[in-house]
Amino acid sequence: MSADARAADAVEHPEWLWHAAEPKKSYDVVIVGGGGHGLATAHYLARNHGITRVAVLEKGWLAGGNMARNTAIIRSNYLLDASAALYEHALKLWEGLAEDLDYPLLFSQRGVLNLAHSPQDVRDGVRRVEANALNGVDAEWLDAEQAREVCPILNISPEARYPVLGATYQPRAGIAKHDHVAWGLARSAAAAGVDLVENCEVTGIDVRAGRVTGVRTTRGVIAADRVALCAAGHSSRLAALAGFPLPLQSHPLQALVTELLEPVHPTVVMSNAVHAYVSQAHKGELVLGAGIDAYNAYTQRGAFHIVERQMAALLELFPLFARAHVLRAWAGVVDVSPDASPVIGHTPVEHLYVNCGWGTGGFKATPAAGWVLAHTLAHDTAHPLGAPFGLERFTTGALVDEHGAAAVAH
Amino acid sequence: MLLIACPWCGPRDEAEFHYGPEAHHDHPADPALLSDEEWGRYLFFHDNTHGPRAERCCHSAGCRRWFHTVRDTAHHEILAVHRIGEPKPETA
Ligand SMILES: Cc1cc2nc3c(=O)[nH]c(=O)nc-3n(C[C@H](O)[C@H](O)[C@H](O)COP(=O)(O)OP(=O)(O)OC[C@H]3O[C@@H](n4cnc5c(N)ncnc54)[C@H](O)[C@@H]3O)c2cc1C
Ligand SMILES: [Zn+2]
Repeated sequence: MSADARAADAVEHPEWLWHAAEPKKSYDVVIVGGGGHGLATAHYLARNHGITRVAVLEKGWLAGGNMARNTAIIRSNYLLDASAALYEHALKLWEGLAEDLDYPLLFSQRGVLNLAHSPQDVRDGVRRVEANALNGVDAEWLDAEQAREVCPILNISPEARYPVLGATYQPRAGIAKHDHVAWGLARSAAAAGVDLVENCEVTGIDVRAGRVTGVRTTRGVIAADRVALCAAGHSSRLAALAGFPLPLQSHPLQALVTELLEPVHPTVVMSNAVHAYVSQAHKGELVLGAGIDAYNAYTQRGAFHIVERQMAALLELFPLFARAHVLRAWAGVVDVSPDASPVIGHTPVEHLYVNCGWGTGGFKATPAAGWVLAHTLAHDTAHPLGAPFGLERFTTGALVDEHGAAAVAH
Repeated sequence: MLLIACPWCGPRDEAEFHYGPEAHHDHPADPALLSDEEWGRYLFFHDNTHGPRAERCCHSAGCRRWFHTVRDTAHHEILAVHRIGEPKPETA
């Protein structure tokens, strides 16, 4: 039986998935940030490169940042070649990740609809479908009626405030259980010998003669040959400790869940135009996501009027949801980049690398982000999939503009 | 929801305002003289401070005038509000 087929019986847990480690005096690689990307980097350092003198330093508890807060949408239908290659690599890894980790991830390829509400949305959507096809990414253009066949509760009435004119559809897209992903990666990394150190905030980065030598933390000084920053919304603060700026802005991004409902929503629906996206988790709650709050903030808390507008938009699309009760709302701090693409690779400081700028959409990339960063840490060279996403593009102007495919959406 | 004190209209709900980017990040006098790196710095690198941050704000559903605020990004407290052209107040 495959690991995901066993997911239904996944309630039984061993007593420990990993043991909390005490920080040692030195490591070959220190990873700052114990979210999905930091953990995936540790996993692939061990799995692909045999590097295990590694610590993941997390200021709070493991995967309590955006990894615990995202709406878990996974897809690879990005417009440009560089992005399609990176996100499609991630999707292929997702397709084998439960096996690789021998841990159920509740990865469910239920497809994603990206709705079009205006003639321009339609043109953009059709163009993206064609571009996806050329890049070997599964994608179809559906008219409104076909979109409703995929998602029967979708309101395609022309009377709607923003009527549905059609949708792109990626059947291989879907969702996964984010906590399970973090736990599976953490268990695998710890079993390979990686130290997972919680309650350990990095407060300084030591640089000598232009090269990183270690980090200062709330649990002491730790020497390191190489350091990787995987701190999502806090990346700018860490880069500042090492003396260089990043082209990022940190914003709250909010999401909500309803009470548990009978299965009503078979796929994932996203709409950039009305800033809303929704799926139904395995347990039955509707998972609803909003657009970012406009202001910069590190608060993990957003404004009420943002979710109020998002709910109003969702009710137009799904009148059925009017009777659902919202149970919880929360926010994470996301690191938004100028071109809606990540920043991966070298920094002005030797042997110090970044993986950031994933903004509102990095969960889907978790395995690829780890794969690419582990390669860079092991060889001190960009991975071919990461090369277009280097920091130098903000000098050369070779941006990877994915606002159309990423925008606020995921 | 933030309560923002427009320097002309007084305290109003955040929803009445349009949030502008970082303040005092002025357009270079002569962009043609800049290196690619300096131009990239101007275009893409903005203040992302954890703490007091000077930013622009437009009272778009009120008097429709732009002004400046200093807001703490760690907890949203608005430390100062001032009109365009007035010097940035000392907040720390
Ligand atoms: C509401 C919401 C919905 C989202 N929905 C989706 C979605 O549907 N699909 C999708 O693809 N993406 C989504 N995202 C984006 C996705 O969650 C992020 O891009 C991704 O999780 C970032 O990588 P990460 O998991 O490593 O980040 P995080 O889990 O945030 O990890 C960063 C870690 O660094 C730690 N850290 C920070 N500073 C320090 C320090 N000084 N020392 C030590 N540790 C430190 C933090 O505590 C944190 O645990 C969403 C995000 C939010 C907030
Ligand atoms: Zn006013």
